[in-house]
Amino acid sequence: MALNESALWTVSVSPHVKSGESVEKIMWTVVACLIPPLILSIFIFGIQTLIITLISVGSCVATEAISQKLLHRPVTVRDGSAVITGLLLAYIIPPGVPYWLPVLGSIMAIYVAKHLLGGIGFNIFNPALIGRAFLLATFPVAMTSAWLPPIRDASIFKYMGPGVDAVSTATPLYILKHYGIGAVMEKFGSMSTIYADFFVGWRPGCIGETSTLLLLVGGIFLLYKGYISWHIPISTIVTIAFLTWIFGGEKLFTGNPLLAVLSGGVILGAFFMATDYVTSPSQKTGQLIFGAGVGALTVLIRLKGGYPEGVCYAILLMNGVSPALDAWFKPKRFAPEKGAIK
Amino acid sequence: MSVWKDFTDGLWKDIPPFRLVLGLCPTLAVTTAADNGLGMGLATTFVLVCSNALISILRKLIPKKVRIASYIVIIASFVVMVELFMQAYFYRLYIILGIFIPLIVVNCIILGRAEAFASKRPILNSIADGLGHGFGFTISLTIVGAFREILGAGTLFSKITLFGPHFMPFSFMVKPPGAFICLGLFLGIMNIISRGRV
Repeated sequence: MALNESALWTVSVSPHVKSGESVEKIMWTVVACLIPPLILSIFIFGIQTLIITLISVGSCVATEAISQKLLHRPVTVRDGSAVITGLLLAYIIPPGVPYWLPVLGSIMAIYVAKHLLGGIGFNIFNPALIGRAFLLATFPVAMTSAWLPPIRDASIFKYMGPGVDAVSTATPLYILKHYGIGAVMEKFGSMSTIYADFFVGWRPGCIGETSTLLLLVGGIFLLYKGYISWHIPISTIVTIAFLTWIFGGEKLFTGNPLLAVLSGGVILGAFFMATDYVTSPSQKTGQLIFGAGVGALTVLIRLKGGYPEGVCYAILLMNGVSPALDAWFKPKRFAPEKGAIK
Repeated sequence: MSVWKDFTDGLWKDIPPFRLVLGLCPTLAVTTAADNGLGMGLATTFVLVCSNALISILRKLIPKKVRIASYIVIIASFVVMVELFMQAYFYRLYIILGIFIPLIVVNCIILGRAEAFASKRPILNSIADGLGHGFGFTISLTIVGAFREILGAGTLFSKITLFGPHFMPFSFMVKPPGAFICLGLFLGIMNIISRGRV
């Protein structure tokens, strides 16, 4: 695509058949798939989610441009990858944080986690998740207490302001971890109400992670376009559901798999973060193991770890293993086995 | 002149830990505040100067085959002196630095200078070398410690408060990952500066 197709005779190495896809097109499609959850989040938490997201995207793009200038690399802010990082970073921080917080996260994500490690295509870890991990380690209070309750009445554009302590609440996973399933039902209603509300997105949580419905629509569109394969998302979600069913309850095989998948950042992580091309394995077997690893680590952190939610750290840990998975599960080559030719 | 050069080598050309990239363990572990870095640096300087001097005096007596063991015995003696001294006069610092004071024994800089310099040079050069590298180490540790303390706690030397009451400290900077990122940034800055000189 990038090469000039107008030339009548092009002598080049393979690949000779081009699909018409490009980094820019894929990235902007992903951005489009991420927009509906943002719009819904304004209705759930208030207008400040839009402000936080815009700040995050703006500072990511600015950091990208400045980093590339400083490092004497071509400035490629138009390819949309910094926009995606900014969107994802905003989606995984609580809606009540102060406005300067995403700026620091963006600098960490783009400059340290992306450009100091070599720029697009070379980063070992997902930049947005590094940004979140940095913010969580630096400002633990702001990052774990700035949850807002969903807005029920029609006052959707009521300005709630950043850092409002009076209305802060707890996430379902936090309540589940510390007070059990009974407390969750007490707070959020009967089980069927919980499933319906959580599926649409009306629950406390990070800005863009709440709406399972819209994230699924976006994820399935990416699957349909062939931009991501089903291996990582499905194996992640199935592993989380399965392991939660076994170990999540009081006794074995009494956990609630549906609630585990609908709460926290499982859908957002599985479809939009674990599937990042650079930081996940490129082969099918490796992808299945990668997804299963993300799921298993998530459940481990949720049930036994110190944090109520573990998708972020699970994906980061598996990012570190991904080169090894690529090396161990190579596809069969179109060549005889070693030693077959005497 | 050569003695002066041995001294100044340790201050920029070979400044530990940025140039030698030795002694990273104390650099990463104790630099959570500027005064910790300063105390650690001075303790290391004392051990470095004394062990360099003694090893240089004894360099013709120590048999080649047991030299490392001999150096360790000499270094360990001075480390015990420093440890007891700090316990007596700087008890707060002694508690904060904790296990890292006895670990000066295995600090690569001290053993490295003993093996690479003091075992081959006369006593005056060895002392100058020890002073230079010791001060270089102290300066580096203090700068890294100050940087991490300013961002991580908003103070300097545990006394001066730099920011207003609304400052939210970057607790990340005083945690281990902050130490690695901080060290990496300083190495990068050093490289940029010296590349400009060359």
